[in-house]
Amino acid sequence: MTRSEFLAKHGFMAAAIISAAVTLAIFIFMALLGYPILTSGRLFAALLGAWQPTLQSYGILPMITGTFILAILAVAAAFPVCLGCAALVSDAAPGLVGRFLHAVVRMMTGIPTVVYGFVGIFVLVPLMREVFGRGSGFSLLTAALMLALLVSPTMILLFCDSFRRVTHSYRQAAAALGATTAQQFLYVVLPQARNGILAGVLLGLGRALGDTMIALMLAGNAVAFPDHLFDSARTLTAHIALIIAADFDSPEFRTLFLCGLTLYVLTTLLVLGVRLTMRLPGRRP
Amino acid sequence: MMRHAFKLFHVWVWGSTFLLLAATGTVIGFLLVRGWAGIGQELVFGETPVLAALMLQRPVFDGLFPAMVGTLALVMLSVGMALPVGLATGIYLAEYATGRLSSLLSLFFDILAGMPSIVVGLFGFSITIFLHHRFSGKIYPCLFISALSLAVLVLPYLIRTTQAALEAIPVDLRLIGPSLGATRFQNIFHVLVPHSLKSILSGILLAIGRCAEDTAVIMLTGVVVSAGIPKSIWGNFEALPFYIYYVSAQYTDAGELTRGYGAAIILLLLCAFLFGISFWLQHRLSQRMFERV
Repeated sequence: MTRSEFLAKHGFMAAAIISAAVTLAIFIFMALLGYPILTSGRLFAALLGAWQPTLQSYGILPMITGTFILAILAVAAAFPVCLGCAALVSDAAPGLVGRFLHAVVRMMTGIPTVVYGFVGIFVLVPLMREVFGRGSGFSLLTAALMLALLVSPTMILLFCDSFRRVTHSYRQAAAALGATTAQQFLYVVLPQARNGILAGVLLGLGRALGDTMIALMLAGNAVAFPDHLFDSARTLTAHIALIIAADFDSPEFRTLFLCGLTLYVLTTLLVLGVRLTMRLPGRRP
Repeated sequence: MMRHAFKLFHVWVWGSTFLLLAATGTVIGFLLVRGWAGIGQELVFGETPVLAALMLQRPVFDGLFPAMVGTLALVMLSVGMALPVGLATGIYLAEYATGRLSSLLSLFFDILAGMPSIVVGLFGFSITIFLHHRFSGKIYPCLFISALSLAVLVLPYLIRTTQAALEAIPVDLRLIGPSLGATRFQNIFHVLVPHSLKSILSGILLAIGRCAEDTAVIMLTGVVVSAGIPKSIWGNFEALPFYIYYVSAQYTDAGELTRGYGAAIILLLLCAFLFGISFWLQHRLSQRMFERV
């Protein structure tokens, strides 16, 4: 191996190590700054307690609950629509219409999150206030609907991919037996694409959990356990954005890093989950 | 009965698609209808003469110019930082790494790609605190820290697009270099990378779009509402997405609201432009591959 070869190889390797180290560094930095809470013996109180600053209780459980409810609502609302849209692109209207829609959905991934939030404040919030006549319009439901729109492109593209991977001869076999497009899709494509659909849902969940702006702008940010859909709620992400202005070394401030670590762990679990679904044995007909 | 159920299938798929397009159309249409009237020279430069503003001789107070310059500076700095590392890592993954190491590295980059941007922002914020306490009390959240954090955010995109572009190169092309006596590095540098330049470029455009639109990261690392044109990378700065957020949360008069709509339209068009070119490049590429086969 010549000298330049050696340098090139190790240069590329160094870059890869730096990139991987960054992933670890994010965790380490947050763990270091959250260290006082992690070792104070009040970790469980901080994770699972209520947020009552007057009682010196700074638990982030309301935010964890808010994050989960919001993300699950958003994905649940988006799921049937995304599945239908992906079915149209891959099966019901392949060809020009499908290709056009696919391009539109890809472009949708580029719409800035803050634009969704901005339009949400001026269109969806007043609409929800008028239609349901309860509260200010800043609610779980409002944020969940906007978030559903945000995660849709991600889910649709993954669904489309997994539908497209279904072996073409299976579809042809079903068609030869006289199956309609609907029957082909429901009995052949859908069961075959099960793993891909699961992966799409998990990735959609990841995007919904990690989004800051929509929750911050539309969910109302009240620190309490939401009772119903029209209640205001605060997510972990919005909590970080809201508390950052507080002064250093206060107890509120320390909880930020606990929120960050929680989000980090959730992300890691979801990524591992997606990898696992990819490895699951596919169903054979 | 069953036949009716299958008819519902078409209602469902077309209905879902219509719903999705209608919702997206409402978002974009609302912005354009409300904000289009405000688009013009005044939106960007306010009362300041255009030439004087562009030459940075006179500050712009009631226009988007400082925010646009801030976003531009931010994008250039962060992509500039992420690009060398991202490209090299992508090349390493595609051409050198094997087996266990490769899959371990991929896991790291998958996690990094899924990381919520606010967590990356918090990371940047932690770095600031660390540097502030350890090295110099003069270090505060600033343009440099924001750009560094955004570089971390887009790093996995650059790695993945580079890796995918290189791995898509057909074997015959891959073997030409070595068959002529080229070393591995020569082959990468003279054949493989030039060949996949277009798809790498499309990844870079996506990364630029991601840098320009992200709000959560810069919110935690030094963006402010009014800072003027950034004077140094150690100072505060303005940016379009943060301005949009600020206006939606606490606008005080109609003028500010108009500028908010304007900023949203500009950001939307910028991202649409970047994503459009990027997809067009990829599309052309995939078509060319079909022709080759």
